[in-house]
Amino acid sequence: MNETCFITQSNIIRKHALIRNEKVELNNEIFVNFATFIKALYKKEAISYPKFYKMDNLSKLGFLGAEMLLKDNAFLDRYRKEEIGIVIMNSSSSLDTDMAYNETIKDKSNYFPSPSVFVYTLPNILIGEICIRHKIKGENAFLVTDQFDPGKVIESVKLLLDKDHAQACLCGWVEVLGDKFESVLFLIEKEKTVKEFNPARKYSPFTIESLTQFYQNK
Amino acid sequence: MRPVYIAGDNIITSMGFTTREVIHQLESGINGFQKYDDCSLTPTPVPLSLVHRDLLNAKFLEILVSCHPEMQEEYFTRLEKMFIVSIHEAVKETGTNLFGSNSLLVISTTKGNIELLEEGKKDFPDPGRIYLWKMADVIGTFFGFVNRPVVVSNACISGVLALSTAARLIDAGLYNHIVVAGGDLLSEFVISGFLSFQALSPEPCKPFDINRNGLSLGEGCGTVVISSEFKKSTVLTVSGSAITNDANHISGPSLTGEELAMAIGNALKEAGLKPDEVSFVSAHGTATPYNDEMESKALEIACLQDIPVNSFKGYWGHTLGAAGVIESIATIRSMENNLLFRSAGFNELGVPVPLNVIRENVHTPVQNCLKIASGFGGCNAAIVFRKM
Repeated sequence: MNETCFITQSNIIRKHALIRNEKVELNNEIFVNFATFIKALYKKEAISYPKFYKMDNLSKLGFLGAEMLLKDNAFLDRYRKEEIGIVIMNSSSSLDTDMAYNETIKDKSNYFPSPSVFVYTLPNILIGEICIRHKIKGENAFLVTDQFDPGKVIESVKLLLDKDHAQACLCGWVEVLGDKFESVLFLIEKEKTVKEFNPARKYSPFTIESLTQFYQNK
Repeated sequence: MRPVYIAGDNIITSMGFTTREVIHQLESGINGFQKYDDCSLTPTPVPLSLVHRDLLNAKFLEILVSCHPEMQEEYFTRLEKMFIVSIHEAVKETGTNLFGSNSLLVISTTKGNIELLEEGKKDFPDPGRIYLWKMADVIGTFFGFVNRPVVVSNACISGVLALSTAARLIDAGLYNHIVVAGGDLLSEFVISGFLSFQALSPEPCKPFDINRNGLSLGEGCGTVVISSEFKKSTVLTVSGSAITNDANHISGPSLTGEELAMAIGNALKEAGLKPDEVSFVSAHGTATPYNDEMESKALEIACLQDIPVNSFKGYWGHTLGAAGVIESIATIRSMENNLLFRSAGFNELGVPVPLNVIRENVHTPVQNCLKIASGFGGCNAAIVFRKM
């Protein structure tokens, strides 16, 4: 594990707070459920992307997290699109949409399986949505762990960066099940690139300590 | 890359419970499909390749009694039983203890224990096993793995991605032995979904054929043990791999095949091979019109259109999270036996690029092979196996 890497952008989306690059913005609104929350966030971030409304909840959440990381940021200009990897993990895979799809087939007198729901019964569709939006064509991996696991995030991302399978990574944790949700995303870049574009700025190193500390931000 | 050797393997499909049994059927040209009209599984009769339930139970019970006589059979789901039987067989072949601190279990699956959502399964003792990590923990604990398993769930490339991840973990020096197991079952959930896409063929699928009419589903499990130390008598290595994304559509493949070609190019580059050094390509070959067309374009871009190619899906169907692992093992057997297998269901070329689709089993030196896969979410994967 040789390359030194840095966290050049980060954000957390939780019910009560958004945390961008370690600055906390509290949500004072009361949200009835995930749907009202995510709609409000989409409006607040002033994004215009009609496909957003077709996505399942997991994709909506991860998509907005990725938007917040990538907008007003020259990250995408620094790399060819096939040099950017995406590694995302969660605990319940696509269970939120699995249960919704299951509702459409469990009653034989009211049977209406739909391909537009079924396709989201795979968690990596979220990665596909982010790739389509930003034309990212590099390495992908969706892994399932019981909780946010900084060690596994680092291991998986370093496998890509150290052997030049990718030059930079969007990575983290996107979990949705019913009205419980959490998105924790990072942009990870190599020291040599970071020195080129912003030698003066101090970024957090891509270590278990940094990720743990950031995650524990309430 | 540090050498990553193939040390053992197992395949479970409708065609048998060991690699040897399944390959024997392949050699005879038999496929594992039956037309099912069991309405608890599918509202429309379609050919399916299903693992024999009673035989699986019998194999599992034998292992349970010898390894964990204190445990109850009812504690395990059908998929967990299949994983356990497959891993047990593959590890047995290596003849060593692979569960210590320098070993890891990597599980590949798309839907795991999704059957637990069904009404009839509501009394299963641990509904939490719908979580893929929990299912993997049960399997890992059964064998006594010290490290917690890694779970890969990345649509139809899951199996190839799991092998790629495992090979990279060994290359990075993090583990010495990794057991990669891919498995998925067919349930009403999965079958109804593919039917809603109108993606299922009414007859056993015909990859790359002009009359292909969609895919056929199969269930199964494949396990490969890879190691930096142990090798088989025919020394095979995993020597390169790469993943890409089309960035085009969540349920349709790339129009050009460029992104799959890019994955192939990167994997060959890592393996230090030129296209004309490849003996055989095991394609994804689902037999949907668009997939096979895209693959043919990708193989042309990668300068592999003349290399012998097949799809194993005409034998046991698309086994989803198991597919990449099972088809890699069949590829490995081709290398060990210097025998390329006919692409079942293929008669007349039906893709825009004139691929060299294998029409009859042929004995020929098989040195370096490429396994490719593509899936929903726009993902593509390529992995290279070499004979040393």
